[in-house]
Amino acid sequence: MKYMKTLAGLALGLALSASTAMAGEIVLNSDQTDPAPKKAMEELIAGFEKANPDVKVKWNNIDHEGYKAAIRNFLTADAPDVAAWYAGNRMAPFVKAGLFEDVSDVWKDNGLDEQLKSAAASMTIDGKKWGVPYTYYQWGIYYNKDVYKKAGVSEPKNWAEFVANCEKFKAAGIDCLTTGTKALWPGAGIFDYIDMRTNGYEFHMDLTAGKVKWTDPKVKAAFAEWAKITPYISANAAAIDWQDAAALLSQGKAANYVMGNFAVDTFKKGGMTNDNLGFMLFPEITAGIPRAEEAPTDTFHIPSGAKNKADAKKFLAYLASADAQTAMNKTLGQLPVNNKATVGDDPFIQAGFKELSSAYALAQFFDRDAPADMAKAGMEGFQEFMAKPENIDAILARLQKVADKVYK
Amino acid sequence: MAQQAVHNSFWKTNQKALAPWLFLAPGMIMFLVYVIFPIIESIYISFFNWDGLAPAHISQLTSKEYVGLGNYRDLLDDDSFYTSLWNNLKWLVLYMLAVPIGLFVALFLNQKVPGIRLYKSLFFFPFVISQVVVGLLFSWFYAPGFGPLYAIIKSITGSETAILASDTMATYGIILAGLWPQTAYCMILYLTGLNNINPEQVEAARMDGARGLTLLWNIILPQLRPATFIAIVVTVIGSLRSFDLVSIMTGGGPYGSTRVLSYFMFEQALSEYGTAMGYGAAIAFVLFAIMMIFISFFIYRMLQQERNS
Repeated sequence: MKYMKTLAGLALGLALSASTAMAGEIVLNSDQTDPAPKKAMEELIAGFEKANPDVKVKWNNIDHEGYKAAIRNFLTADAPDVAAWYAGNRMAPFVKAGLFEDVSDVWKDNGLDEQLKSAAASMTIDGKKWGVPYTYYQWGIYYNKDVYKKAGVSEPKNWAEFVANCEKFKAAGIDCLTTGTKALWPGAGIFDYIDMRTNGYEFHMDLTAGKVKWTDPKVKAAFAEWAKITPYISANAAAIDWQDAAALLSQGKAANYVMGNFAVDTFKKGGMTNDNLGFMLFPEITAGIPRAEEAPTDTFHIPSGAKNKADAKKFLAYLASADAQTAMNKTLGQLPVNNKATVGDDPFIQAGFKELSSAYALAQFFDRDAPADMAKAGMEGFQEFMAKPENIDAILARLQKVADKVYK
Repeated sequence: MAQQAVHNSFWKTNQKALAPWLFLAPGMIMFLVYVIFPIIESIYISFFNWDGLAPAHISQLTSKEYVGLGNYRDLLDDDSFYTSLWNNLKWLVLYMLAVPIGLFVALFLNQKVPGIRLYKSLFFFPFVISQVVVGLLFSWFYAPGFGPLYAIIKSITGSETAILASDTMATYGIILAGLWPQTAYCMILYLTGLNNINPEQVEAARMDGARGLTLLWNIILPQLRPATFIAIVVTVIGSLRSFDLVSIMTGGGPYGSTRVLSYFMFEQALSEYGTAMGYGAAIAFVLFAIMMIFISFFIYRMLQQERNS
């Protein structure tokens, strides 16, 4: 499936290279093919064209998985004027290769340093801003309240209680924690949280930036915490997709799921409602460590090969505005980055807003914070660890070997 | 006028020598541009540490990115490489089962009963559908929770075995999926071979009292030799090219245990998390070298046969 999509994306990328913009037109490449994001984009573009009647937007919407492969081709071959991508280290290769345009002036002219403050750090490389964030969403633990009742368990206050609960869930024949790591990334959410709760945000950032070794005793300590719950994680997690694991939670076969807020839709389609779907913050492991959270941010950038940079900057400025972000995130069901924007009234979005606005710091997610090659090796290591915790020393040694190569 | 005469006479004297080249030219140019040149280019890339982004084009690679045989040295120190190599070997050996099974099915179907055409096309069906579909079908077949095979194993042994989640079994699970269409391919090769069997020889052998396995081994199989040769060639190449099924069924997982060289190359150079073009090119060259061993051998055999006949 993924392969097909990648191929389709490559083909699309090639087909797109024929598209060139006229004056007063900007070409926009993005990957919002799911219904809600697609609708949000359509509204955004309509709003922008209304506010700037002299500019037309030509939108190429590319399949999500295929886009990741296509972007490399179209940035170098025939760049659009605006391209969707992600914040943090995920944009670093394109910035370092000179493929993204410095948009610090858009930030300065529109007062974005103040309004988009929470995401400013993740958009900055070498002291310059390289794009504009428009949405993010929280991660945390989604749980099935009915299952909690059935097993006679209450919401845990800290990690020790969470682990103790797992024992009770096991006795009741329920998977304490579920995940589906066929696509690797869901496992990284668990690691990010356990490491940030055990060792703190700064240590976690140093680890993903290659400043700390994977063989460091503190990393091992984080994995030791993880090992406490590996016996209670759904067996065969490696063979299933994240949606299949979401079904386990909806069906009451599993109690907890470390996931992003986009999964709420899937849970509800599986029959859950606001009444029995619960959300909680990942519990505290080392007492007193400031609470950092995961909040992957989606962004738009101007490729340095863009032909109509003036109008593209107008688009970014519009995208950054409070009104545009309020409207867009209402449709997306996510959180606006602009702190002047209004947050939707869905209980999970409200919970996320509370979680993120009170957080000490925000991480982007393992595969955006760590360089791509490292992320891949790391996520494979997490997958192996959950299946075979006894291999921990070999896994960490292997990760360090990859790190030696990636960060040199 | 005079010039044209010279031209004419040049063409006339060399017509016989030139004509074949003219006819060959379109094909040769295509082959050069789309096969030979990319091979040389990718070998060239394998000597560089390049992410495919900066510099933007191969021609701009400089001594700054040059690492010589560094990528190949890294490869020898990479556990994933050995996993892939070992899996390729498993594929190569187990994929060969398609040849005898294909022969068996072909012999079984080579009879004249009503409706045999339907049975033949049913057996041939897996080869017609895309590998992607085969991969999806089998991953559902194995899937924990709702897969039939999963349910069967559970009802017999009581244990919950998800084949594609197990690092020891996943590769075999994928090879089994691959054998399904490959067997159909070998079967069709043998069926056409069986059509060309000389009935007089079979008749004569029967009169001499040859039956069953003796007849098969001494009379039928020697006549099927061309079919066997082609079946082995396509199976060897098919096993080394295995990519679609790995990509669809496991994506190289769990934790990289089902990687094969072609998928490893894709992961390193072209996938979502892979930017190591040089490293990927080095893997591609190793795979190319392995294939060359087999291909050279097959070509050698083919030339030999042509000379003998």
